[in-house]
Amino acid sequence: MNRRTVGLLAGVLALGLAVAGCSSSSSKNSKAASAKSAADLGGMDQLAAAAKKEGTLNVITLPRTWANYGAIMDDFTAKYGIKITDANPDGTSADEITAIKSLKGQSRAPDVVDIGPAFTTVNKNLFAPYKVATWNDIPDSQKDADGAFYQDYGGYVSIGYDANRIKTPPTSFADLKNPEYKGLIGLQGDPTQAGAGFAAVYAASLANGGSLDDIKPGIDYFGALKQSGNYITVAATKASVESGQVGVTIDWDYNQVAFVSALKGSKVDWKVVVPKDGLYASYYNQAISATAPHPAAARLWEEYLYSAEGQNLYLKGAARPVTLKAMQTGGTVDQAALSALPAVSGTAQLASETQIDKAKAALVADWTKAVS
Amino acid sequence: MTVAVQNVDTPGVNPAAAPRAVSSGGRRRGAGLIGLAPFAVFVGFFLGLPTYKIVVGALHGPDGSWTLASVRQLAHDPYKDALVQTVKLSLYTALLGGALGLAIAFAVVSSTSTLLRHVVSTASGVLAYFGGVPLAFAFLATMGPQGLATRWLVHIGVHLERFQLYGFNGLTLVYLYFQIPLMVLVIYPALEGLRPQWFEAARNLGASRAQYWRFVGGPVLLPPVLGAVMLLFANSLAAYATARALTSGSIPLLSVQIANTLSSNVGPSQENLGYAMGLELIVIVALAMVGYSLLQRRAARWAG
Repeated sequence: MNRRTVGLLAGVLALGLAVAGCSSSSSKNSKAASAKSAADLGGMDQLAAAAKKEGTLNVITLPRTWANYGAIMDDFTAKYGIKITDANPDGTSADEITAIKSLKGQSRAPDVVDIGPAFTTVNKNLFAPYKVATWNDIPDSQKDADGAFYQDYGGYVSIGYDANRIKTPPTSFADLKNPEYKGLIGLQGDPTQAGAGFAAVYAASLANGGSLDDIKPGIDYFGALKQSGNYITVAATKASVESGQVGVTIDWDYNQVAFVSALKGSKVDWKVVVPKDGLYASYYNQAISATAPHPAAARLWEEYLYSAEGQNLYLKGAARPVTLKAMQTGGTVDQAALSALPAVSGTAQLASETQIDKAKAALVADWTKAVS
Repeated sequence: MTVAVQNVDTPGVNPAAAPRAVSSGGRRRGAGLIGLAPFAVFVGFFLGLPTYKIVVGALHGPDGSWTLASVRQLAHDPYKDALVQTVKLSLYTALLGGALGLAIAFAVVSSTSTLLRHVVSTASGVLAYFGGVPLAFAFLATMGPQGLATRWLVHIGVHLERFQLYGFNGLTLVYLYFQIPLMVLVIYPALEGLRPQWFEAARNLGASRAQYWRFVGGPVLLPPVLGAVMLLFANSLAAYATARALTSGSIPLLSVQIANTLSSNVGPSQENLGYAMGLELIVIVALAMVGYSLLQRRAARWAG
């Protein structure tokens, strides 16, 4: 073989690899794909049978430590014998939407997504409408009337801190200005990109005279915290907390509770408190991809998540399930898990998609200037 | 002499030599083209196609129509600021990293210890690619507000109040941690190619040390040094995970902003804006390349 042939072969091989990366599958279960409820398929048993036949469910960006998803996925697989592939567990809502669009028609495309409120209406045409059996238990303001998307679980912005190092436990955003916390407060990430960081600024705005229509006081608040040296721009992770670089974070309460158990056995004693001055809550949303490769499994997954079983598993992960009120009335709620939630006084108004979009634009424009 | 220049010219290609390489004769040219095909296909797939997509994407709106809206947004903050900070950071770390890396490589080449050479070249190979979140964390644990070194300094009475690891200076320092070893790695072969005989010959002909560097060493080394600094510049332009873990958006680098437009938990992705910033990066690199080739042509003339 002379050098030219080798070169040609290499070229052909490179082409072949590029083409192989785009293999597609076309297993379509049209009846399940258009089903708007379990009844359309002849009831829950038929749905379960069709899903078992598909054998696999593709979920995306579900970290096992997030809202108890590890236990939820394991339990679903044990119950129905359906294998779950969790793509890109540490990805973002935008990644989920991109995956639906770019993997369309492939067997590895996501079947279901779990997305932030800013990704719902704008992507409605990507979702298949479906109403779970417990549809009426979801409050009207927390679901799309056509069933394209529906909130699943949520939480409150909370303050977490290492009780072994922090002498005065903070209970509010105002408390965090205390010089005792100098160089200790970190966020989960860049608020213009990370959901919990964004929520922290939003909540701080509510605590400082802002509203869901005005995030500016929150930006100013963090600007002042940065100025005083209390806020450091370092990302709060298990590593930075465990090593003592970050002693206080502002994050979703269910993440903080997961932090408590993750840090058990270390020298960190993590405590969680929902601030009394800036009450901000947000829910994630479920939606079935209109081009799901496993349409029956996708629908069965939703039925499972919205059953008392699935909702209680969220609750065990300290996430507040969307049908909580109905479950309390019906007596199906897991009382032990409910009483273990961080205490909240009052109720939070949920921000609408337009309000979030507006707040994000304001944040992108001003965040850098405020904290640099 | 010319041959020797080409030998040491590792990072860049001597542009003066390029036209001569194309030989005349139809049959040989055809054979050459076939041999080039795999490379052309590769470049087309992994450089041409993505570049084309970025340019087209930057000039389109989310609805699929042609528009300059995304490109126009680049003139506003935080994207305008991002451009300034990115170029500043890349320039500083390329020049500083280049100078320090060159000095270290010089010291090592001049040393007689083979062990030192092995240790430095291996360490450079490893450290040049140590980046991302682990690097950010390593610095945080030593030089952060609660870091080991910081606490120790406080203990002995030194307060570095003005130095902030997650500020611009801190980020420059962190970047130098991989820029300096990269410089050592790339420039080392060129320094090794600098024959001691040339120096001896120059001295025998009566040249001073300064004259040797002015007329022999400098001209031979200039093209590879320029190429290496260029590489460092592009390297820092593209780095992103480290900055992201340390700054949470307080220093809005273009690479971080691109990631934010594509992968966000807060709002829908703005792919076109991301493409526009990608195009901006391509333009920066293209401008730097033009400057580099002009400098190199001048350097080649200097070398005679």
